[in-house]
Amino acid sequence: MSTTENTTGRGTKDVHIGDDSAIAREAVLPAAGGSDPRPLAAPTTSVNPIQRDHATTIFEKGVEGRRAFVAPATGVPEVALDEILPAKLRRTTPARLPQVTEPELVRHYVRLSRRNFDLDTGFYPLGSCTMKYNPRLHERVGALPGHSRLHPFQTQDHAQGALEVMYGLERQLAEVSGLPHVCLQPSAGSHGELAGVLLARAYHEARGENRRKVLTPDTAHGTNPATVTMAGLEVVKVATNPDGGVDIDDLRAKADDDVALIMLTNPNTLGIFDPNIEEIASIVHGVGGVLYYDGANLNAIMGITRPGDMGFDIVHFNLHKSFTQPHGGGGPGSGPIAVSDRIAPYVPVPVIRREELAPANGAAAEHRFELISDPADLPGGVDGGEPGSRSIGKLRGFQGNYGVFVRCYAYILSLGGSGLKDASEVAVLNANYLLAKLEELGVREHLPLAFGTRCMHEFVISGGPMKRDLGIKTLDLAKRLLDHGFHPPTVYFPLLVEEALLIEPVETEARETLDAFAEALAEILREAAEDPTIAQNAPYSTPVRRLDEAGAAKKPRIRQAIA
Amino acid sequence: MTRYTTATDADREAMLAAVGVASIDELLAEQIPQALLLDRPLDIPEGLSEQEVNAELGRLAAKNTSAEDEVTFLGAGMYDHYVPSIIDMLLGRSEFLTPYTPYQPEVSQGGLQVMFEYQTAISELTALPVSNASVYEGPSAVAAAAYLAKLVNSKTGIVVSAGVHPHTIQTLETLAVGYGSTVTVVPLKDGVTDLDAWSAAVDGDTSAAILQQPNFLGAVEDVQALSDAAKDDSPAVVIGAYDPITLGVLAPPGETDVDVAVGEGQTLGNRLDFGGPSFGFFAAREAFLRRMPGRIAGETVDVDGRRGFVLTLQTREQHIRREKATSNICTSQALNALAGVVYLGWLGREGLPELANLLVQRTHYARTTLAAVDGVELLHDQPVVREFALRLPGVDVPQLVAYVQDHGVNPGLALSRTHAGVHDDGLLVALTEQRTKEQIDELARLVGEAIQSQRSGTTDAAARTEVSA
Ligand SMILES: Cc1ncc(COP(=O)(O)O)c(C=O)c1O
Repeated sequence: MSTTENTTGRGTKDVHIGDDSAIAREAVLPAAGGSDPRPLAAPTTSVNPIQRDHATTIFEKGVEGRRAFVAPATGVPEVALDEILPAKLRRTTPARLPQVTEPELVRHYVRLSRRNFDLDTGFYPLGSCTMKYNPRLHERVGALPGHSRLHPFQTQDHAQGALEVMYGLERQLAEVSGLPHVCLQPSAGSHGELAGVLLARAYHEARGENRRKVLTPDTAHGTNPATVTMAGLEVVKVATNPDGGVDIDDLRAKADDDVALIMLTNPNTLGIFDPNIEEIASIVHGVGGVLYYDGANLNAIMGITRPGDMGFDIVHFNLHKSFTQPHGGGGPGSGPIAVSDRIAPYVPVPVIRREELAPANGAAAEHRFELISDPADLPGGVDGGEPGSRSIGKLRGFQGNYGVFVRCYAYILSLGGSGLKDASEVAVLNANYLLAKLEELGVREHLPLAFGTRCMHEFVISGGPMKRDLGIKTLDLAKRLLDHGFHPPTVYFPLLVEEALLIEPVETEARETLDAFAEALAEILREAAEDPTIAQNAPYSTPVRRLDEAGAAKKPRIRQAIA
Repeated sequence: MTRYTTATDADREAMLAAVGVASIDELLAEQIPQALLLDRPLDIPEGLSEQEVNAELGRLAAKNTSAEDEVTFLGAGMYDHYVPSIIDMLLGRSEFLTPYTPYQPEVSQGGLQVMFEYQTAISELTALPVSNASVYEGPSAVAAAAYLAKLVNSKTGIVVSAGVHPHTIQTLETLAVGYGSTVTVVPLKDGVTDLDAWSAAVDGDTSAAILQQPNFLGAVEDVQALSDAAKDDSPAVVIGAYDPITLGVLAPPGETDVDVAVGEGQTLGNRLDFGGPSFGFFAAREAFLRRMPGRIAGETVDVDGRRGFVLTLQTREQHIRREKATSNICTSQALNALAGVVYLGWLGREGLPELANLLVQRTHYARTTLAAVDGVELLHDQPVVREFALRLPGVDVPQLVAYVQDHGVNPGLALSRTHAGVHDDGLLVALTEQRTKEQIDELARLVGEAIQSQRSGTTDAAARTEVSA
């Protein structure tokens, strides 16, 4: 058992970590969340016995004979199973699912929920993830039966409202991206990337070219290179220049007529807007390549600048980032793509079209929305050049994560064009303010900005000096932040920055929250200067403490053994 | 200032001063080349108040005919199952709804344990030892499984039964272009995969042999026979796409030599949502564990010896391995998978077989009742569990669908929509526990009436066309 002393002098006694009897004696901790004004007692353990009880699974809670579900009567004349389903096709032993009652089920999962940190409760500056407030209106409208109980094979005349939502969202996203055609189908950002790389392939192949290379900067998110491999192409890395942008000389050296596309994020994962983007575009276009924009960082630029105007041909959106789809602990998301005219013929099917109907005797003009799955049904057919006429096919079932579309459409209606711009502007302001605050508090002495002097909506600081001067790593800092009630930033990404912390404060966070976060970082550094072991052994207040990840991977236990 | 943006004018002034710029424009102009700054407002109307947006989304919802508005027998991949109330409550909790992927396990034990329980439930359901924590949805899960097969055996042939959902086949064809495989479709015979053609198609170059259970036409396949045939002298990985609900009564993949079982998870506690979000499940033989796509939660202990859960085997994943990753998937469907595990816990060990049996009985009744209608035949007479296909020779099926819908019942999918030229007179009818005997009887009556009116040439639809012409 490790014993740690309270060194902050803020009114708690020593606590033996890991001693359950200590729980009852603990002082009050702040609830998770930056703007909580209560003083921090640390290091200590949590006061909340629910959060720290021994983990038992729903399977372990089962008792023979307990159940929640009561089936309705079949209500039809029953036939012996043998007569309708031969025994050899049937299951002989039932799946060993939990045996619990509904009250137990509810208690189990509610208690589990309390072992999670969440955005509604506290600041979540996870860089590249855009953890902005998720309006509850969206959950309400998403749950309306007209949306949530609409069958994806409903005949189109009976799904005009849904098609209108999708058409409207397509138009909005086209306007935000500056690219004319949108396909909503991909399920998340990486799925959109896969669509994009396949589109670029199809575009080149239609011109009789078999280009193999995909340029990706070393700041790229892991999904970019992983996608390239799945799409059967080769990654060629491009270096980053001292300002955090693409190294133009390296790009020139690598741009040749075997380049299918370049995948870029702008601002990139350093939070730096690449000022050379037009030159990059002209170099890649010059060798006949396509430009792909990873839209994970769109929250920096909505209404300010547009990927289409920068020269990009294909963009994906992460609707679960800039457009408020709640992240759900790892999805669902949605990753629509927008494309330029030259890529449009290849987009996945179905495509949505708005057909104008002839007005019936003097009535107002009417329209109808249509989903077209077969390119032959488009005006001009497969040779007509319409979006989808030379479609690469489908990326998944049906037309995409419609429930997400409803939420994001509601969001864009709420904000409007100027509201989207305001959101991005404040996201950028908040990030720069936080940078200034960190400077003011002396934090950047140990955690310097990795590149540049300003940033867009996020920035990267390096924990290298902190590690050398104070003896704590970025991981320690992150874990200690948990005791302060904050979710840590993204850590150890991007890979080219030593001990990286990628911080994205988003526009929905108040200045006081940013101040409190900055002060927490300063406090951790102060504390580390006195006693680095505190951070090194953090966290103390969480449902569990540092976990043995190496052991978990060495001998994977990924399911419950059930009797 | 907009509804969700927190900075007041005074905040902005103070923050700009702290940053040392006069305006946000200056801050942006310092970083973005002038030529690229959008010199006009976005062409998107001004924002609306909450109540206005609420009303607009309500107006749009009202333009749809949902399963609340009609009695629906539509299925073909997604089904109108009852979603228990506790799922709405649990999924609406901030602690499940609003966190990101659990990158900090100390404060994500809830989500991680849910994943672990989910993996356990999927393993139990499929009788396969390893499961990931979810992929996007059904059809792309099949393509992901075929990619795994390619990683495992480096072969390039994908053999897929024509009984597999057409969206799945299309998805496979699209994504297989990427990883350099070619797709061969094996026809059906009497409603199920033609075993001879299947055996002939699978050979030494076959990477993956793919079937669906029950198949798209509702027929129960003899999976054991198909996997035996596929493994005879071939390196093929046998992949089964399953409707998980039917595993309450059908032999599980792990007991019929299926190597990878995937499928659409919508039937497990998820809404229809016009096609998504739902989740895809992905379970496999132990040997494939380190090639699986997606997140996997594992059990471990913390420094104090306390039981806990972490994301594990991450060296498969894109954020570690980049171009060498086994998949590019990142954000997946965690919240939908939570609905899945809660639903399976709610059904429980006895409940799942009971529900499946209920479906079998009502489906049998519906099939018999409809087949007795004059003008209706079975498209195949294979065993069925929850869905079946009919033929209506000489009937314009889309028009029949419109007629029956006009009477408040959606009779199912006109197969001309997915199998034009093959099953133009086909109708695919699905059952859930929400469809009662009375509704089935009403469906049969309306189908009979629609056929009669088409025969006598006075359909409502035709009458309407005349009026509007
Ligand atoms: C820069 C960047 N690109 C791509 C992705 C992948 O997006 P998704 O998780 O939606 O697949 C992410 C998100 O994690 C990201 O931050």
